[in-house]
Amino acid sequence: MQLIACPWCGPREEVEFSYGGQAHVPYPDSPAELSDEEWAHYVFFRDNPKGRFAERWNHSAGCRRWFNAIRDTATYRFERVYRLDDPKPVTP
Amino acid sequence: MAELLRTSPLQAWTDTFARLPDPVGITAEPFVATVDVRLGTVGPEASAALGVDLPTAPNTWVPAGTGRAVWLGPDEWLLTSSTETPEEFEARVRAAVLPLGGSATDVSAQRIGLRLTGARVRDVLATGCSIDLHPRVFGRGSSAQTTLGQAGVVLLALSDAADDFLVLVRSSFAGYLADWLLDAALEFTTTPTHDR
Repeated sequence: MQLIACPWCGPREEVEFSYGGQAHVPYPDSPAELSDEEWAHYVFFRDNPKGRFAERWNHSAGCRRWFNAIRDTATYRFERVYRLDDPKPVTP
Repeated sequence: MAELLRTSPLQAWTDTFARLPDPVGITAEPFVATVDVRLGTVGPEASAALGVDLPTAPNTWVPAGTGRAVWLGPDEWLLTSSTETPEEFEARVRAAVLPLGGSATDVSAQRIGLRLTGARVRDVLATGCSIDLHPRVFGRGSSAQTTLGQAGVVLLALSDAADDFLVLVRSSFAGYLADWLLDAALEFTTTPTHDR
């Protein structure tokens, strides 16, 4: 089974984690002024790249903390794992 | 009206546990008061107020008075006490962490402890747990929140020889885990014990 390196607990089995979708989706600056279409884009529209993707993960069976990871959606390889307060790593 | 009696969730397994051979000993731990502590920053003030240095290294536990302090997350700990009642313990810990912006909640009823002792318990655990339990990396003072079988557990290493573990499991999963452990221990027992 694939191991995912939790930034707190270290490498653990994949089944201990749950997926949280795309990371770094900013909350709208002025939510009251958004149109329905803009809201829909914020709530539902996500990138779907083939290759590196910044994602949120939760170590739900362990320390229950959220963290971010750069994962390659084609190979399923985790290239980087970082805490929520860390900036998005610049990947080559 | 039927009389309500306090029983351990593992009452029905006591006799079966008692028949296990020494290398795979399993016993149900006595009830302990347990408090979940959330605290943003740990410093000398917290240590002085609580009377214990909360462990800040992930996956560790330290003795704390008559109980233990287990790291559950960067701002979360599990404190146990075997001498105080849950109400007393919660009140004391809450009084200590509230001025520091923390919180304390009595979770005594949430988990029950299973003590695994013996030379082969590491092999029993290894059949359902992916954590490396070799004493070189999981000696006394180590802990892990992980899954054992299908149940979420907190695993504490109580010795440096990998022959003494404490498994904290949700009370409602205790029966399942007891059955699972008996099944996993089967290959290390010479006499049939799995007669439940």
